[in-house]
Amino acid sequence: MIEIRDVRKSYGDATVVQGVNLTLPRGGVTAIIGPNGAGKSTLLTMIGRLLPMTSGQILVDGMDVTHAASNALARRLSILRQDNHIAARLTVRDLVAFGRYPHSHGRLTREDGVHVARALEFLGLTHLANRFLDELSGGQRQRAHVAMVVCQDTDYILLDEPLNNLDMKHAVGMMQLMRRMADDLGKTIVVVLHDINFASCYADHIVAMRDGRVIRKGAPAAIMTADAMRAIYDIDMHIEEIGGDRIGVFYRQPARD
Amino acid sequence: MTRTAAAVAVFLLLAVASLFAGVSDLTPGAVLAGDPAAINLLLTSRAPRTIAVVLAGGSVAIAGLIMQMLARNRFAEPSTSGTVDAASLGMLCATLLLPDMPVIVKMMVAAAFALAGAGLFMGVLARIPLSSPLVTPLVGLMLGNVIGAATSFIAYRYDLLQSLAAWSNGDFSTILRGRYELLWVAFALAALAWFTADRLTVAGLGRDFSVNLGLNYRRVLLFGLSIVAMVTAMVVTTVGMIPFLGLAAPNLASMALGDNMRRAIPLTALLGAGLALACDLLGRLVNYPFEIPIGTMMGVIGSVLFLYLLLGKRFRAG
Repeated sequence: MIEIRDVRKSYGDATVVQGVNLTLPRGGVTAIIGPNGAGKSTLLTMIGRLLPMTSGQILVDGMDVTHAASNALARRLSILRQDNHIAARLTVRDLVAFGRYPHSHGRLTREDGVHVARALEFLGLTHLANRFLDELSGGQRQRAHVAMVVCQDTDYILLDEPLNNLDMKHAVGMMQLMRRMADDLGKTIVVVLHDINFASCYADHIVAMRDGRVIRKGAPAAIMTADAMRAIYDIDMHIEEIGGDRIGVFYRQPARD
Repeated sequence: MTRTAAAVAVFLLLAVASLFAGVSDLTPGAVLAGDPAAINLLLTSRAPRTIAVVLAGGSVAIAGLIMQMLARNRFAEPSTSGTVDAASLGMLCATLLLPDMPVIVKMMVAAAFALAGAGLFMGVLARIPLSSPLVTPLVGLMLGNVIGAATSFIAYRYDLLQSLAAWSNGDFSTILRGRYELLWVAFALAALAWFTADRLTVAGLGRDFSVNLGLNYRRVLLFGLSIVAMVTAMVVTTVGMIPFLGLAAPNLASMALGDNMRRAIPLTALLGAGLALACDLLGRLVNYPFEIPIGTMMGVIGSVLFLYLLLGKRFRAG
């Protein structure tokens, strides 16, 4: 369980996250949605202790992310940001194996080897294991990063816009992967998403943010309504149920003045 | 594996050639025959010189690799990050203010300055937008030149320009037994990096990656920069700086094996030592019986290599 208590983040006068109180349940996929500048990524980054909060407290299974030993947290929670530029020339296997660092500190045991192989397999990267990252396509590289996080084998996995730069096929593949991690491996996935329909089809819970606050939360069926969408994104959305999923159609908006 | 064997063979060949190249006639036959003059020459001059070249080359190469990982840039090395210039300034200050202190104390002052210089470089990098991978070495070179200008001014005022030249241009011609042993310490420090290779590689993936993996990023950064600073200070004070070596060796090793430091460090050290031996040897032979210092030789060969790397296609994407 992730407990977020009155968390604020400001830069000078600008407050990007304003007193968020939120409890994210253990298990399943939670999608954080909202317009640009809503504070989604900032909140996720603070949960992952990559960014200090101005005030408030975040507990992951009772561990305060600000004060808990970073190394102990690294075995509980992993976070992958969107821009993962790596200047170093590493092979896919090297990168994935670094996911074991919190467990083994570099001295890979046989068990670590099993984890590495499993993560490569899980992401369909086994045949690319010995390739250098700079020789891969954007989608493959993205999968390699996710494989590292899978290999880290934490209960909580935080992903910041993992669909960025992925084509439709790979985006669907990534969402299916999150489902499998939650359903087959029992992980808790928290993911920032821009595509509302992916959130609707794949998430168990949706948290909607706007202007640094959580303004809606609930199951996809409760969030995927025209009213909620207008409150969150300021657009008119036509919600249609297709094959059991609620899909929002918003591509044409009435002209405004 | 065969390529590694070939690299080791070339290295050994260069080392042997280095032992027997020089103005006084020294032949392997004379040494094997037990000629006391030959053995004396070998032990007091030739062997120390060869060992010094190998140690300095290996440790400068490893320092360059560490710098590249921590700055997350292919073109960073002690001489393109203000570290060498800061070490020279430190040495100059130590010479002026602590003239009676032993060399080791002056060296520590130089190391402290080098660490401050490297820290300043990293601090500047963190505060400017790195729009291109080329910005990093440009920042380093400018920083180095600013420090260098101040150093030159002070040296000029106190009539120490000659000492300054000795630190800034690597030269092994004055190496004798008893005057290079500090380089063993430099090499040991550089080798220490191998034991912490995983931590340094993780730090090379960036702060966010490091924190996610539970690594104390600042501590590793400080540790890595300290090794770079100590090695730089020791090499600068004993033989003077060897430019571009810390750039060329790690890049060549990276092309072959990638940057996982556990694998890259041994090859980087071998290539660094081999390149240093080759340049030192060439400097002794092209203008025989006179010598061209390794700093100049490496400057010529290294800058060509640097240009090749700059224009090479694998760096275009950054």
